[in-house]
Order: sequence, then C-alpha cells, then structure tokens
Amino acid sequence: MNKKYKDIKTIRSSFPSILVLLLVYCFSGCTTDDTQTVARFTNLVMEDNFETEGAPNPQIWGYDIGTGVNGWGNQELQYYTSRPENVKVDNGFLLITARQESFENSQYTSARLLTKDLFEQQYGRFEARIRLPYGQGIWPAFWMLGADIDDNPWPAAGEIDIMEYRGQNPTVLIGSVHGPGYSAGEAISKEYILENDRFDTGFHVFGIEWGPEYINFYVDDVLYNQITPEDVTGTWVFNKPFYILMNLAVGGTFVGSPNAETVFPQTMLVDYVRVYEE
Amino acid sequence: MKNKNIISLPSILFLCLGIVVFSSCERDFSDEVKFATFPADGDVFIDAFSAGLDYFPFVDAGADPEAFSVETNDVFDGDAAMRFDVPAFGNGFVGAAFNTTVKRDLSGFDALTFYAKASKAASINAIGFGISAETANKFQVTANNLGVSTRWEKYVIPIPDASKLTEETGMFWLAEGASFEGDEGGYILWFDEIKFEKLGTVAQPRPAIFGGQELVEQAFTGSNIPITGLTQTFNLDNGVNQTVTAAPSYFNFSSSDVGVAVVSELGEISIIGAGTSNISALLGNVRAAGSLEVTSSGSLQASPNPIHPAGNVKSIFSDAYTNDTNSNFSPGFGGSTTETKVTSTENGDVLVYTNNNFTGMIFDNTVDASGLTFLHIDVYVQAPGVEVGVQIRDIGANQTLETDVNTGLPTGDDRDRRFDLTGLTVGQWTSFNIALDGDIADQKNNLGAIILVGGPNFIFDNVYFFTE
Repeated sequence: MNKKYKDIKTIRSSFPSILVLLLVYCFSGCTTDDTQTVARFTNLVMEDNFETEGAPNPQIWGYDIGTGVNGWGNQELQYYTSRPENVKVDNGFLLITARQESFENSQYTSARLLTKDLFEQQYGRFEARIRLPYGQGIWPAFWMLGADIDDNPWPAAGEIDIMEYRGQNPTVLIGSVHGPGYSAGEAISKEYILENDRFDTGFHVFGIEWGPEYINFYVDDVLYNQITPEDVTGTWVFNKPFYILMNLAVGGTFVGSPNAETVFPQTMLVDYVRVYEE
Repeated sequence: MKNKNIISLPSILFLCLGIVVFSSCERDFSDEVKFATFPADGDVFIDAFSAGLDYFPFVDAGADPEAFSVETNDVFDGDAAMRFDVPAFGNGFVGAAFNTTVKRDLSGFDALTFYAKASKAASINAIGFGISAETANKFQVTANNLGVSTRWEKYVIPIPDASKLTEETGMFWLAEGASFEGDEGGYILWFDEIKFEKLGTVAQPRPAIFGGQELVEQAFTGSNIPITGLTQTFNLDNGVNQTVTAAPSYFNFSSSDVGVAVVSELGEISIIGAGTSNISALLGNVRAAGSLEVTSSGSLQASPNPIHPAGNVKSIFSDAYTNDTNSNFSPGFGGSTTETKVTSTENGDVLVYTNNNFTGMIFDNTVDASGLTFLHIDVYVQAPGVEVGVQIRDIGANQTLETDVNTGLPTGDDRDRRFDLTGLTVGQWTSFNIALDGDIADQKNNLGAIILVGGPNFIFDNVYFFTE
C-alpha cells in the first residue's frame, strides 16, 4: 500500500515538470536569436549595423594609428592602421583583420576603432554582436574608456572591458573594470566559460548594462557578473561619460606572442554595435 | 474532480506533441524512405569493455598480446582502466585495435576522448580509431607522437568528418613501442573513460593534402601517384592545434582535367592521357591546403628489353631482374637540387630525374662486381642537349663513401670510373654499356654508389651490372 502510494506520487510530481518542458518547446520558435533578456534598458540611442560597404561610418568611428607608447602600454606587437586591409565594412559586417606582414617596423598590422569625441555616454546598455578570431597571441576586445582620459590619465580615467578574450582560450570570455588602485593585473575581473561551444565559431552578443552604482556583464542571455562600488579596491570612477573601443591586438603581455601555430590573417566580425539608455 | 484533472493532463500533452510535430522546421523524408541506422553509442571503455567491444592485438606484426590488461587499482574514474605494459627495446611493442561486433553510428560526435597517463613521460607512436578489416581501414584516424605525462590528463582525437562514420566498428587503436635503443620502453600506459563525445569545441578545420605543399610533377600515361600527407587539423578548446592523419576516404578529391588524371576514393591518381591537371581536395566542404599540378606527355615509350641472362646480372633498378641490393635514389646531398621519383608507367617503373645538378644511387649493400664487366643504363630524354655524367664508385674495404667536397673526387680507399652519357636522341631510349675499367678495373668488389652529374632532366631504366 505504502509503496503503491509512493509510485503514484512520483508520477504525479514529475508530471507538471514534463508538461512545462513540453510547453516551452511548443512555444519556442525554429530559429534561435540572440535577444538577451538580462538587460532592462530599451531606449536605443546609437546603433551601427555596418550596412554601408567600405570604411566604417566616420561620424561614429575614429582610429588609433601606430604602435602607441610601448605597444599601447601592453607590449602589443601590431601596427594599427585604418587601411581596408585591416578594417572595412563588407557584406553587413565590420571586419577587423590582423595580418602578419612587415609594416612600419612591426611584424603585424591590425586596427583599433574608437568613438572618442564622436559618441560618449554616461550609463546605458552597450552591446555588440561579434564572432571572434582565434589562435595563440590573438587579443580582440570590445571596451570603453573614460572620456576625460586626456586630462585624467589611465587608470584614473577608468576602463570597462565588455569583452576581452585570448585566442588560445577560445571558450573563455573576460569582463573587467580598471580604475585607480585596481588596474592592469589588479583589475576587477571575471571569466565566463562557454560550455560545448566556442566564441570563434559563431556570433555572440557581448554587453554591459551600466547604471549609477553597478555594471552588469552579460553574454547572449547570460548575466554572468555584476560589479558595484563595493567590489572595487579603489575609487568608483564610473559616474561620467565613456567612449567605445573595438580592436584586435596581436601579442602583448596579456596573451603572449603568436607562434608558428597561429593562423594569419585573423578577422573579428562585428554584426552590430548598439547603445541604449534607460 | 481529481480524476478529471488527471485525464486532462495527457490530452494537453498530446496536443502539445502535435504542435511540436507540426512546427518542425524542415520537411522530412516521406514515410516510405527509412534509413537503417546503427546505435549511436559513443562509449568505448568506461569501466569495462562497452557493448560488443573486443581486443585484437597486432600479433602478426610482432605486438605482444599479453601487454594489455584491465587495471582496477590505478584508475582515473570508476573502478577499471585499460593498462598496457610497453616492452623494453627489442621485446616487441604494444599494438592493438578495439573493435565492436555491431556497427556504431558515430556521426553525432566530434572527437574520441580519453584520459591517459604513463609511468614515465612518453610519446605514443600512433593512436586513434577507424581500424577495420571489413572496410580496409577506410576511415582510419591516427594521432602521431601523442605526448603523455605521468598524471591523468584528458586527450582529444578529433574526427576529421563525422558524417562519414555512420557504420563504424573501429573504436580505438594504438601502437607504441621502443623503436630504437634509447627510445622509451619498459613502462606502463593507462587509459580510462575512452569514448566518442560531442564536445562542440572542436573547430577551425584546416585539412591538407601533400602536407600542404603545392607540388608540380611530370608523369606519363599509366603512372599512378598516391596522394600522401593527408591530414586534418582542428583547434581544440585548450588552444592546441591537433593534427591527425586522416584516411583518403574522408576527402573528396578532384582533378581539373579528367582526360589527363583521375583520382580514386583511396587517393590514388591515375594518369590516363596527355596534358596538365590540377589535383585538389575538399574535406567536409573545406578546401584542403596543398595540391599537385601533374603534366603528362602521354605514353612513355617502353625501354628496351634487357637481353642478359639473370645469372650474369647484378641489378640496381630494373623490372626484368631481381635487385642485388636496395638503393637510396634520393640521397639528398647537400646543395643538390635534384628531384628523383620512381614513376610507374604502362611498361613498368622508371626513374625520373628532374632539375639534377648532382645526385646518386647509394646502394644499401655494396655490390661485388669482381666477375662482372659492364654497367648497363637505358636513358630517355625529352629535350635536346642533355648530357649526364656517370661516376661508378667503389667505396673500398672501409665501406664508406669518401669524397673531397671541393673537387668531387674520391678520397681514402675509394675509386671511381667516370663516363658521360652523350649523343642522346629526344623521344627515344638510348642504351649504354659502360666498361668497369680504368681506376676500378682492379677494385670493383665494393661498388657502393653511382653518382649522377648534370642533365638536368632525364629518365633511367634497367640499371644493372653484367658480364657477357
């Protein structure tokens, strides 16, 4: 009697969950989309879908050219250009391509785009849909710097790394903030590991939702980190406008140098960049 | 009331299933078309032999069948692992295939994975899957020189194109032994949790044929050229580019002119006419690096039939006689630009020399020509003005080829006899019988090499020493 009752209960208790699963399946469409539900800001204020072939829209994007100081502070190996070989819009995507070639005393070329003086905003939801490159020494990033950086040098200006990734770890995304007292190796950072998939075989949405006392980090439909003033080991410098950067670095202290196994060229494909406010 | 509620649940479920069926995205095959499929079982050895798995040691090749055992003490997970005791040098090797009696459908997986460790750091000569007598190893995959450490680590052997593996029996194979004195041997290898998996992180395929090289070659009607250097490389989630040797049947080969060359599923190029064809390949719709541009000038005239009785001959290269010794036809002398190829034709094998400055035929064992009087060579040229210098070298009692690198002259106890092949006619075979006289008249019992200078392009056949 007891046993029988138990059996019935098991069936009944599992029944609703099966039903829920099936209902979910019923209503799910055929195509997966990247719409993430982790962000609340919906008022679109800037977007670039990269639909005009050629150079990226000059009203949104400028460039850093050359090697910066000490390889942009990281001993990076590439020379940044704005040549179409390194950056262009093609077939609905922005292509940032790192090449192995001798150019201006560097062995690699690539590109770094930025919205400094063109688009700067305090708070909001910043996201981009990107397919990443891969290989030892390949270092793509979608990130932001404090717009007052010329008067208030890094790290005091603040830095938000929405997406950083090492080409030799194709399943690992890194999201970080840097500021005074928590920069470079001391940055407040979290890794997100993609299970049974990689960032270089398909597009993924990398984003933050940033408000007065928090920055939420998400990829696709997964909110994987929140950083607040309590998490940083210094002053919270994220209550002012920031601008956007997208680049594909080669080598440097963060990833190490490429090696014989690294395949060139490597291209970072950006489907769109969108910014929302609350 | 309660009853009513229970009845309603299945009906909702049924309705829901209906929606699932009708909302499927792609048109399915009609009911009449049903393909038989085999079990999609990826387990090979988890804690015991998986369903239908059996052990087939390579005994005929000299493998030690006792080297394998099931280990229950030192395991990665569960309660059993595979153990192989790799013999010391000279005592055989570990070599076996693990096959199932029932075919498996592995098309849903992307890699064979396992945990392994060794009692000392080692490099496994060959390990993979797809050994199958039934299909002549049609889909064999081999990772070569896989380094294994002394702690349990996971290894990934990617499947070059899983869609090919719908009926596979070869689940796992390996060959490892001390291949020379000083190579690692006398140690233990363990494997655990061997299975096919869908990792989802095996990506960025970069197949290659001919080792990724763009080759150019001359051939004749009847030539058969194997496509070598067949590999597939994937980038794994740990950043490693893992290359495996892939059997030809994973590739789709193509010939740009099928009137000149055709390629079989087994990767054998057959030259069937005159002209130029480019041989390339796809693996799973990815273009393989590497190609061969082969130019055939049609049929090669048959070389003259040798007339000397076999008892009077010591042969180096001829279809008419058994070789007296094997030879190295591509010694790779420093500074040599020569490409040498043994090419099959409708009338047998010939030696094709391209872009020769200097090369040689180095005999594996010296030829004692004390009782012989001539060297015979048939030469064919396709262009006028070709002359080839021949140096018949006796390497003396010390059995060592000794040459002054500045003059090219023999030194030490070496002697040579030099002769120029001249007066050649384009499009015809010319036969030479070179007397074994001059400096080697009294020293021809240790003939060790024939050095060839100049040309630069010519074809040899029927190279043998004889007496009338």
